[in-house]
Amino acid sequence: MHILEVSHLTKRYNNFTAVNNISFNILKGELFGFLGPNGSGKTTTINMLTGLAKITSGSIKLLEFDYPHEIKKAQQIIGIVPDESNLYEELDGFGNLCFCASLYGMEKTTREERARQLLGEFDLIGAGNKPFKSYSKGMKRKLTIAAGIIHEPKVLFLDEPTTGIDVASARRIRQLIKKLNKNGTTVFLTTHYIEEAENLCHRVAFIVKGEIIKIGTVSELIQEAQQESIVQFTLAGGADRLQQALREKKPAIFNIEVLSDTVLRVNTPQLISLSPYIKLFEENNLTLYEAKIIRPSLEEVFVKITGIEAEHMKKDREGRKK
Amino acid sequence: MKTWIAFWSILLKDMKNYYLKPPNISWGIIFPFAWTLMFFLKTQNPIDIREILPGVMAMSILFGTTSMLAVTITFERRSRSFERLLMAPISLNTLMLAKTTGAIVFGVINAFVPVVFAAFMTDLSGVNWVTTIGGVFLIAVTSTFLGLFIAVSVSEVFEAQTFSNFFRFPMVFLCGLFIPVQTLPAFLQPLSYALPLTYGADILKTSINSSGFIQPLLSFSLLAGYGLVLFGFSLKNIKNKWIH
Ligand SMILES: Nc1ncnc2c1ncn2[C@@H]1O[C@H](COP(=O)(O)OP(=O)(O)OP(=O)(O)O)[C@@H](O)[C@H]1O
Ligand SMILES: [Mg+2]
Repeated sequence: MHILEVSHLTKRYNNFTAVNNISFNILKGELFGFLGPNGSGKTTTINMLTGLAKITSGSIKLLEFDYPHEIKKAQQIIGIVPDESNLYEELDGFGNLCFCASLYGMEKTTREERARQLLGEFDLIGAGNKPFKSYSKGMKRKLTIAAGIIHEPKVLFLDEPTTGIDVASARRIRQLIKKLNKNGTTVFLTTHYIEEAENLCHRVAFIVKGEIIKIGTVSELIQEAQQESIVQFTLAGGADRLQQALREKKPAIFNIEVLSDTVLRVNTPQLISLSPYIKLFEENNLTLYEAKIIRPSLEEVFVKITGIEAEHMKKDREGRKK
Repeated sequence: MKTWIAFWSILLKDMKNYYLKPPNISWGIIFPFAWTLMFFLKTQNPIDIREILPGVMAMSILFGTTSMLAVTITFERRSRSFERLLMAPISLNTLMLAKTTGAIVFGVINAFVPVVFAAFMTDLSGVNWVTTIGGVFLIAVTSTFLGLFIAVSVSEVFEAQTFSNFFRFPMVFLCGLFIPVQTLPAFLQPLSYALPLTYGADILKTSINSSGFIQPLLSFSLLAGYGLVLFGFSLKNIKNKWIH
């Protein structure tokens, strides 16, 4: 069942098209990722989906609610975690959570109970009575996520939830997102970290310059881009000798790469059968410890499809965040 | 019910965070106090204090409310916390009423600071309190919405302050509080009649000193009209400008 249906969505600012005719659906319970570089239209899309930006053309339907006239009803069941924390600096953690809960009409006792529960789940118990402005970046992000889910939304929108925070906090936040999703919350997240999309999302859309250029499950995307197989052998030694033998006996191999005396990589068209190799090892008196198939990562797929280097995306963003 | 919870919570948060903060409390008390003192020192006998009271009350409301809006709205917009309110499932009407009610209450309280001082210094018998309270309330509503109108037209706190002064100072001198409208140069008089504060001041003059010259009912209706128009216009502005 689709929980969100987006069709031919376009956003123009004057003459500039920030989002250009994008269409996608999200299934109930899915963890869906928008992956794209700076300025590709991720935030603009989230803003339209959450009612903070007007739609230039196209349509959005969230459950049974049509945008824009039923946006206020939709807002009741969505949670939003913006890219920069926008909680109240002068309120403490507990106060911020309770305030956010009250915006959704939660009663005092319910919201206080829920705020306490979330502070616990997000390892923020000690920080509950400290002002938000005294929080570290990671704590701020966690509290912002807690504020986004205080009313137990059906769909959660997260705009770059792990950007600008340290590795450990980012990992913790990913765990929390995964857990939320396991418990039934549909999640839409944007990111420019390819590993994040790969590890977290069921389905990913590549967005570049306001357009979705590819959409699919992580394994679909990888399979589609996979035109060759890579097998990596780890030997006791004598990788050179193996290379020699392979050259003579296996002409279908694209490329042989000797990484060290003990490691050798073979590129072949499509999947290969390993049995002919075994014989080769015996004949040449080589000891094989391991043979593994190396799959391309989502990163390679992304680079292949978009022509944008992953490193470039990272640097770009981090430079800007400073 | 849910809407009311949100409404109250926004109002209470603003009260706690902004209005009841020492700088604002002191502003709310010192400002009317200073004005009161300034005029009281200039006047010699108790009757004059009563004469000047409507003016001081109206000014306290005007300055108190308009400066507050610049903080509660412009500041929150800068820090982006206002977006959180825009993304909440409450109508823009309710949201903006919640954001402005605090300022209205603040304005009403400010208006009675000089009244308290005056009560110690002069005889306030014969004042029509019902009309006075009604007038104070409507002046507070209209100036709050004027502040809202200004806050939605600018993006920085200092711009809001500057822009409000652009409205406030001419208004103080043209609304007949200190210089009767009839004695103003003829070319300025139409301007006076276009200002909401002229009607608010006249209500207070009538109710406190029976010295107004406009039908109070007419003044009340006009003030309410100004309030509605300013609020409606601000809402339209927010829809167009803040939800891009
Ligand atoms: N209010 C606005 N007015 C004009 N242009 C805008 C506005 N908001 C966004 N844009 C433009 O739209 C494009 C998409 O911006 P958006 O913020 O959606 O990108 P993003 O994918 O979220 O990027 P980032 O990774 O930097 O957050 C950018 O070129 C941006 O300059
Ligand atoms: Mg963004």
